[in-house]
Amino acid sequence: MWEYTDKVTDHFKNPRNVGAVEEPDGDGLAGSLACGDALRLTFKLDAEKKICEAKFQTFGCASAIASSSALTEMLIGKTVEEAEEITNADIIAYLGELPKQKVHCSVMGREALEAALYNYRTGKKLDRKIDGEVICHCFGATDKEIEKITREQKLTTAEEVTNACKAGGGCGQCIPEIEVIINKVIGEEKAKEEDAKPKLTQLQKIKLIEETIDRQVRPILRRDNGDLELHDVDGDRVLVKFVGACVSCPVSSVTLKDVVETQLQEAVSPEITVEAV
Amino acid sequence: MKQQVYIDNNATTQVAPEVTEAILPYFTDHWGNPSSMHNFGGSVKRALDSAREQVAALIGAEHPNEIIFTSCGSESDNMAIRGAVDAMGGHPHLITTRVEHAAVLGPCHYLEDKGFRLTTLDVDEKGNLDLDVVREKSMCGKKTIASIMWANNETGVIFPIPKIAELIKEGGGVFHTDAVQIAGKLPISVKDLPVDMLSISGHKLHAPKGIGALYVKRGTKVTPHIMGGHQERGRRAGTENVPYIVGLGKACEIARERMEKDVAHEAKLRDRLEAGILATCKGAHVNGDTSHRLPNTTNISFEFVEGEAILLMMDDQGICASTGSACASGSLEPSHVLRAMDVPRTSLHGSVRFSLSRYNTEADVDVVLEKLPAIISRLRELSPFAND
Repeated sequence: MWEYTDKVTDHFKNPRNVGAVEEPDGDGLAGSLACGDALRLTFKLDAEKKICEAKFQTFGCASAIASSSALTEMLIGKTVEEAEEITNADIIAYLGELPKQKVHCSVMGREALEAALYNYRTGKKLDRKIDGEVICHCFGATDKEIEKITREQKLTTAEEVTNACKAGGGCGQCIPEIEVIINKVIGEEKAKEEDAKPKLTQLQKIKLIEETIDRQVRPILRRDNGDLELHDVDGDRVLVKFVGACVSCPVSSVTLKDVVETQLQEAVSPEITVEAV
Repeated sequence: MKQQVYIDNNATTQVAPEVTEAILPYFTDHWGNPSSMHNFGGSVKRALDSAREQVAALIGAEHPNEIIFTSCGSESDNMAIRGAVDAMGGHPHLITTRVEHAAVLGPCHYLEDKGFRLTTLDVDEKGNLDLDVVREKSMCGKKTIASIMWANNETGVIFPIPKIAELIKEGGGVFHTDAVQIAGKLPISVKDLPVDMLSISGHKLHAPKGIGALYVKRGTKVTPHIMGGHQERGRRAGTENVPYIVGLGKACEIARERMEKDVAHEAKLRDRLEAGILATCKGAHVNGDTSHRLPNTTNISFEFVEGEAILLMMDDQGICASTGSACASGSLEPSHVLRAMDVPRTSLHGSVRFSLSRYNTEADVDVVLEKLPAIISRLRELSPFAND
């Protein structure tokens, strides 16, 4: 037995805006009979280009019906631009909560909205032709679809992907492939974050190196009565001079790489190399 | 609170009042250990013996000591399959079907992963096996262990176990059948059949949950999976669950005595329920072969609507049933039984199983027939496919 919130139960038992709008401005379908759930969304705009009427027809379980009903309520009164901003997370938030295995019901709402908006803009039906290579044969999900949902919803496990779009929820054979896609997306997103970091000027870089040495390197060396001084910075080359116990220490070259260089690479830039003078 | 209409007896059954009554003294008065030397324990041992006789009588076992008490039907299935494989040694060929209960498919797939060869037999669109294929697979020349259910829990379809057991034995194999759904519902007699092992479960026949039994025909080798005690003649260690064993015995006795009456009662209600639903709900049809079926079960698909939604709306009216819909289970995949039968995709997600017991009444059927048509048409109104 699923634990549904009162709001989900209410929207399931008393769905709002059931049916199809006559002469709609937008008309979109998501899902299919074979998948076990499908949603047709239609809407109409008023003179001010705001959605004045939105209706749904849904084949699916209680949470699919509730998600559809919630979506129509959220749409009414919004402009097309505002409607475009509605995500599946907004649908879930509107309903309070959905069991995690039912998150895909809210995704279907978002997909039907996309299809209806596409229809409004182009007058055409959104033809969901297979884009990419089919990874999950049970639910016909392609690598591109899995990648898109993983990126958009910041998913980190195959289980989360299954909850979001069903992929991997059948025979489970494609789960390793889904994990490869997740790892790829996580890697790319991380790289993007790195790129987004502002480039340091040489002066800022030197300052950051000094701070890092003070804060993270010296305390470690001082535990063994050693220390170092920053000698010079030449591009990404950092030249340091060991002092105290470090001078005669047989493993100071290891310390140089494992402690000093690692700390500076993490804090300042992966390109940093450290040399002793 | 509105009246509860419970038509989900293949999931579990109400404990018979006579069974509860039989159990209670084994909590309050006769709580001795049947293995003890003193008479206080000895009287409990006699209760165990008599329960064993009652179970043996229900399934027509020749010797009561062919009955091993277990904790549930799933344990019985696991013990039969893995115990027979262990006892046989080497790498026997395993045969089962696509429509078995998970308690059989689970250990079979586990063994397949361990390198055993597994043949999973297909069924046709009515849920029946092709006996020629059974014959062919049983004659593979290798040692075989077959586990094939007697009656299906979802559709109620009955396999011709006497014939299948014969074919497997002709091929020299060991034969196990999961009889959890048929035991207590229709007469069976293992002494007349080449069935080596047979599983039953207490809570499907008005005994409590947490008790089951495995019939092991004399001469069949099964390695115990729980070791370290002489109980059940060394075949399943652990102090016996005496109260529940007594309850299972009593439930078997009642089922045997009332069988003819119960079968007639359940079949009459089921047939009226089924005919009524088919007459009042558009796009409804029965899944499974209606000519070889348990008397208490009907599995009906409603086109273009989804099972979980039907179930929740029925629940709102106090009606309890089951669905093979994916959405209800959290597995995302609809019932493996209906998929094996190639039920069309328009109907696959909208199946509902109604399963009756001796405690159901004409009034229960009336409630379903009154409420269900409105639920189906309400959901059809919501569905984008209903007019296709």
